Amino acid sequence: MKRYIVRRLLLLVPLLLGVSALTFALIHLAPGDPLSTQFGLNPRGMEPETVERLRAQLGLNDPLPVQYFRHLGSLLRGDMGRSLATRTPVSQEIWARFPATLELAIATEALVLLVSIPLGVLSAVAVSPWSPAPPVPRRRWARLVDALCSGGALLGVSMPSFWLGIMLMLLFAQNLGWLPSTGRGDGTLVGALKALVLPAVTLGAGLMGLVARVTRSQLLEVLSQDHVRTAHAKGLAPRWVLIRHGVRNALIPVVTILGMQAASLLGGAVIVETIFAWPGIGRLAVNAIWRRDYPVIMGTVLVFSVLFVLTNLGVDILYTLIDPRIRYD
Amino acid sequence: MIENLVWRQVRRNRLAVLGLVILGALVLTAVAAPWIAPCDPHEMNLSAALQPPGSPGRILGSDELGRDNLSRLIYGSRISLQVGLIVVSIAGLIGVTLGTVSGYYGGVIDDGIMRLVDVVLAFPFLVLAIAVVAVVGPSLTNMMIVLGGVSWASYARLVRGVVLGLREEDYVLAARVLGASDWRIIRRHIWPNCLGVVIVQATFGVANGILAASGLSFLGLGAQPPEAEWGAMLSAAKPYLRQRPLMSIAPGLAIMATVLAINLVGDALRDALDPRLRS
Repeated sequence: MKRYIVRRLLLLVPLLLGVSALTFALIHLAPGDPLSTQFGLNPRGMEPETVERLRAQLGLNDPLPVQYFRHLGSLLRGDMGRSLATRTPVSQEIWARFPATLELAIATEALVLLVSIPLGVLSAVAVSPWSPAPPVPRRRWARLVDALCSGGALLGVSMPSFWLGIMLMLLFAQNLGWLPSTGRGDGTLVGALKALVLPAVTLGAGLMGLVARVTRSQLLEVLSQDHVRTAHAKGLAPRWVLIRHGVRNALIPVVTILGMQAASLLGGAVIVETIFAWPGIGRLAVNAIWRRDYPVIMGTVLVFSVLFVLTNLGVDILYTLIDPRIRYD
Repeated sequence: MIENLVWRQVRRNRLAVLGLVILGALVLTAVAAPWIAPCDPHEMNLSAALQPPGSPGRILGSDELGRDNLSRLIYGSRISLQVGLIVVSIAGLIGVTLGTVSGYYGGVIDDGIMRLVDVVLAFPFLVLAIAVVAVVGPSLTNMMIVLGGVSWASYARLVRGVVLGLREEDYVLAARVLGASDWRIIRRHIWPNCLGVVIVQATFGVANGILAASGLSFLGLGAQPPEAEWGAMLSAAKPYLRQRPLMSIAPGLAIMATVLAINLVGDALRDALDPRLRS
C-alpha cells in the first residue's frame, strides 16, 4: 500500500511537468510583449536601451527551454510570479481565496452525498426483485422516487449550471427573499450556511442526479448476487444485509464517479462563483481573464490541475478502504 | 441490417423518440430561421428597448437594445447546433486518429500518445478551455477550436481500447496475410467496428459541447455581441433579472431543451449499440 502511494506520487511528476509546460506555452502564446504579459511593464513608454536591459535582466532573451526550466524552478519554490493588476504574488492571491472555494466544494460534495445516496438506495430497493419486499404502498411511493431520480438525473446533466443558478437566485433570493443572492454571508454561522445553499445546489445539481443513478444501478446489481441471498438465507436482518452487504459494495463506483467529476466541479466552480459573487479561486480566474492578468490565469489553471490530480489520487486510495479486495502492490 | 436493428431499438424507446422530435424541430428552426423569425435578430431599436413580452410584434419582448427576443432565440439555435457539431468534428477527428494510431501500432507511439492523453485529461476541461480562450482572444471561432482541441482525449482513449482488441482478431490477421496495407486494414476492418462507440461518444459530445460553449459565452469568452447566442443572451439579460425575468428564462430553456434532447438520443443509442444491454 505504502509502495503504491509512493509510486502514484512519483507518477505525478511527469504529469505535473506536462501541465506546467502547457501553461508555460500558453503564457508565451499570449499576444503582446512578454515584458507586459509576464511582468506588467509597458515597453512602449520606455527607451529602447531600457527595454533591452530589462529583457536581459529578466532573462527574456534566453532560449525558451532555459526560460521554462527557470519557470519550473520558481514554481517548485511556490513562486508563480506577481499579479499584473495588484502586484501581489499570485500564490498569495490564490491562497487567500482557497478557503472559500474549498468551503464551496466540501458543501457541494456533502450535499450530493447526503441527497443522492439515500435517493439511489431508496430507488433501488423500490424496484429490486431481490430486496425484502416492503409493504405495497411504500413500494409504490418509492417507485415514484425512482422515476423522479432518473428524470432529475437527466435534467441535472442537461441544465446549464449558470442558468440554474440564476433561476434559483430569481426564486429564492429575489422573489421569496429566503436566501442571500451573493457573497459568503454576514459572518454568523447561520448566515454562512444560508449563503452556501444556492451556490452548492447549483454546483451539485448535475452530480446529484448522476450519483443517484449510479448508486441505484450498482445496488441493483449487488442485491442480485449470491452472497446477498446467502446473507438473507442465514437470517440476517434485511436492513443489515442492505447496508453491510449491499450499499457498502455498491459504493465503490460511486467514489470513482465523485473523483472523475471533480474536474467538472472545478470547472463549474468558475461559473458558479462568478454568478454568486463567491470570493473563490474561480472568480479570481475570471476576473484575471478580464484584466488580461496572465500570471494569475496560469496560476489558477495550475492550482486547479494539481487539485484535480490530487483528488484522483485520493479517490484511488479511498478504494482500498472501502473495498479490501482491491490491493495495489 | 445492423442499422435497422439499432433503429428499431431506438424507436422502441419513447423518450428517445421525444428527443428526436425536439431535435428535429430545432434543426428545422435553425434551417428555416430567416423565414420564421419575425424580425432581424440584429436590428436595434433603442426607442423600443426592454419591451415586455406580449407587446405588439414582440411576442417575447425586446432586449436592452430593442432587438426582438424571439428572433434572437430562433437564430440562436443556428449557433448552438453549429458549435456542437464543429466541436465534435474537431475532437473526433483528432481523437479517432490518435486513438487508432496508438492502439494499432502500440509500442513507443502508444506510450507517447497515452501520456499526452493523461496530461490533457489532467486538466479540468472547462478550466483549460477558459485559459486557452483567454490567451488566444475570445471569439466564436476560437472557442470552437479550443473546445474541440481540449475534448479529443476521451475519444482517443476509447478508440485505442477498441482497436487494441480488434488488432488481435483473426480477420485482421487474415487481411494482413493476404497483403492488405495498414491503411486498408484500418479503413475496412478497424474503423467500421469502432463506429458504435464513436457515435455514442460523439452524441454526448455534441450535448457537452453546446453546454460548455454556452457557459463560455456566458462568461464572455465565446460568442461576442451582437451575435445571438443563448449563453451570451443570458449574460446580457442578467442585469434585468428582476424587471424582465423571461429574458433570462427563455435562453436557458432553449439550451436545456437542446441538450436534453441530444442526451435522450445518446442514451438510446448507447443502449441500442451496446449488445450487453440488448434484451
